[in-house]
Amino acid sequence: MRLPDLSYLTWRVLERHLAVFRRTWVVNLSFNFAEPILYLAALGLGLGAYVRPIAGMSYLQYLGPGLIASSSMLSTAYECTYGAFVRLEFQKVYHAILATPVSVEDLVMGDILFGAFKGLLYGTVILVVLLALGLVTSPWALLVPPVLAVTGVLFASVSLIWTGLFPHIESFNYFFSLVMTPLFLFSGVFFPLNGLPPFMRELAWFSPLTHVVNLTRGLVLGRLAGLPGDFLWVFVLTAALLPLPLRLMRRLVLK
Amino acid sequence: MSAVVVASGLGKEFGRVRAVAGIDFEVRAGECFGFLGPNGAGKSTTVRMIHCFLPPTAGRLTVLGLEVPGQCRRIKRQLGVVPQENNIDPELKVLENLLVYARFFDISGTDALQRAQELLAFFGLEGKGNERPDNLSGGMKRRLTIARALINKPRLLLLDEPTTGLDPQARYQVWQRLFRLKEEGVTLILTTHYMEEAAQLCDRLVIMDSGSILAGGEPDRLVAEHTGREVVAVGEGAARALEVEDRAGSLYRDKLVLGQDLFLYCDSGRELLAALGDLGFSRLLLRPATLEDVYLRLTGGKEFGE
Repeated sequence: MRLPDLSYLTWRVLERHLAVFRRTWVVNLSFNFAEPILYLAALGLGLGAYVRPIAGMSYLQYLGPGLIASSSMLSTAYECTYGAFVRLEFQKVYHAILATPVSVEDLVMGDILFGAFKGLLYGTVILVVLLALGLVTSPWALLVPPVLAVTGVLFASVSLIWTGLFPHIESFNYFFSLVMTPLFLFSGVFFPLNGLPPFMRELAWFSPLTHVVNLTRGLVLGRLAGLPGDFLWVFVLTAALLPLPLRLMRRLVLK
Repeated sequence: MSAVVVASGLGKEFGRVRAVAGIDFEVRAGECFGFLGPNGAGKSTTVRMIHCFLPPTAGRLTVLGLEVPGQCRRIKRQLGVVPQENNIDPELKVLENLLVYARFFDISGTDALQRAQELLAFFGLEGKGNERPDNLSGGMKRRLTIARALINKPRLLLLDEPTTGLDPQARYQVWQRLFRLKEEGVTLILTTHYMEEAAQLCDRLVIMDSGSILAGGEPDRLVAEHTGREVVAVGEGAARALEVEDRAGSLYRDKLVLGQDLFLYCDSGRELLAALGDLGFSRLLLRPATLEDVYLRLTGGKEFGE
């Protein structure tokens, strides 16, 4: 097996993405930001009024940190499906970059880092909102951004694997309805998993988002039990998946 | 080192499709070298192998003395690439396009800015730095794509159909820049299916079809070798080819039937024209032979279902 041909030029690819992002970040941020805030208001305040405290947390307290994780995941997923595909197929930006000393692996890794950056950013924005609302109760919350950077790499890899396997703009609808939405709904963002039937609970253990939600909620609220296990789970999967998009995208770009 | 690109037995297969079938050529330092041929001839594939986009599946290829695909990063550092389709970054403004691209070659700060501004001036794009690429005309976009390819002061510039789709004025503007680059010592490799372009720009060229090189050399010599000095085109002459050839006797060197028309290649067209004068053809045309005749002779016949 050949080793990925990676170099510092990965950072240059990230620089290009950040240069584009710098021009559009206000619009970008406000749109991505709106949705989790709506969830927080509608479910946290509206539905929350009818929900009993969950393990000593108000529903708003419970929901908020979950939305950090889901919002982070979804922004990364958009970037590494639609975003990457548009650059590849419609804008031909990838082809332009590959005429420079950048290798395919540098390029794909740059995309992964940018996807992770977006996940980090959008998750952190929700964290700041929670802080402003007085919903952050532990200094451990400072570890949320670095955790999101790692989970961002994970979700970026998952999304680029899909993009590499099913490179059609329509296929991303399926990615979101068949992969992202189930993760979003059944990973403990909205309700504790122990209310679910046993097989669904076991299934939820395989969802990466379950562990990310555990991490963000645990850190925000200072409930650290079990968190090292969740982090290990995420870390191992990230390391295992990371080489795949590098290979799959190579095949796609060089067709 | 006088050879900038050396290919021997170079081939490329996509699955079972053979796009380039074991070709040999050499590009010398400072020349403009052309790949001429119809669509699907393998020109672009060859160029893409030279700039390390596609790995060859057969033969050997060295660029600037370095091996493809082993030393691609070092090769690409010294190359400029102008692809068939303009792939300007649409999300960056014109100047940003050059500056961001410069970073991939480790050029930054005032160096990058100075180089970018020189290039915008050279390509007649002063004052366009803050435009969005979408607002540029086709000719300007093309010039910007070439400008971007020069950001790293490449020793070798590859141009895949540099003027396809441009109007005559825009095309001429591109040609002028390419001439000047050649004067500055940049080696140029271009693909084209425009004969005037090849004749104007190329010191040497090869004519490709179906993945193979059919002929190669200096444009004038190719014309002299493959057609003779002049051509007499006989409109609607194909049906009466035998009669025409009989009358032409030894005054022609070779013939080509293209659809209904008959072409006679010769060294003295005036005599030939006189000999055919009373056969009653309404369209008899004498003109100097060009690269187009070589091209048609080598590649054209079969497209008319011969």
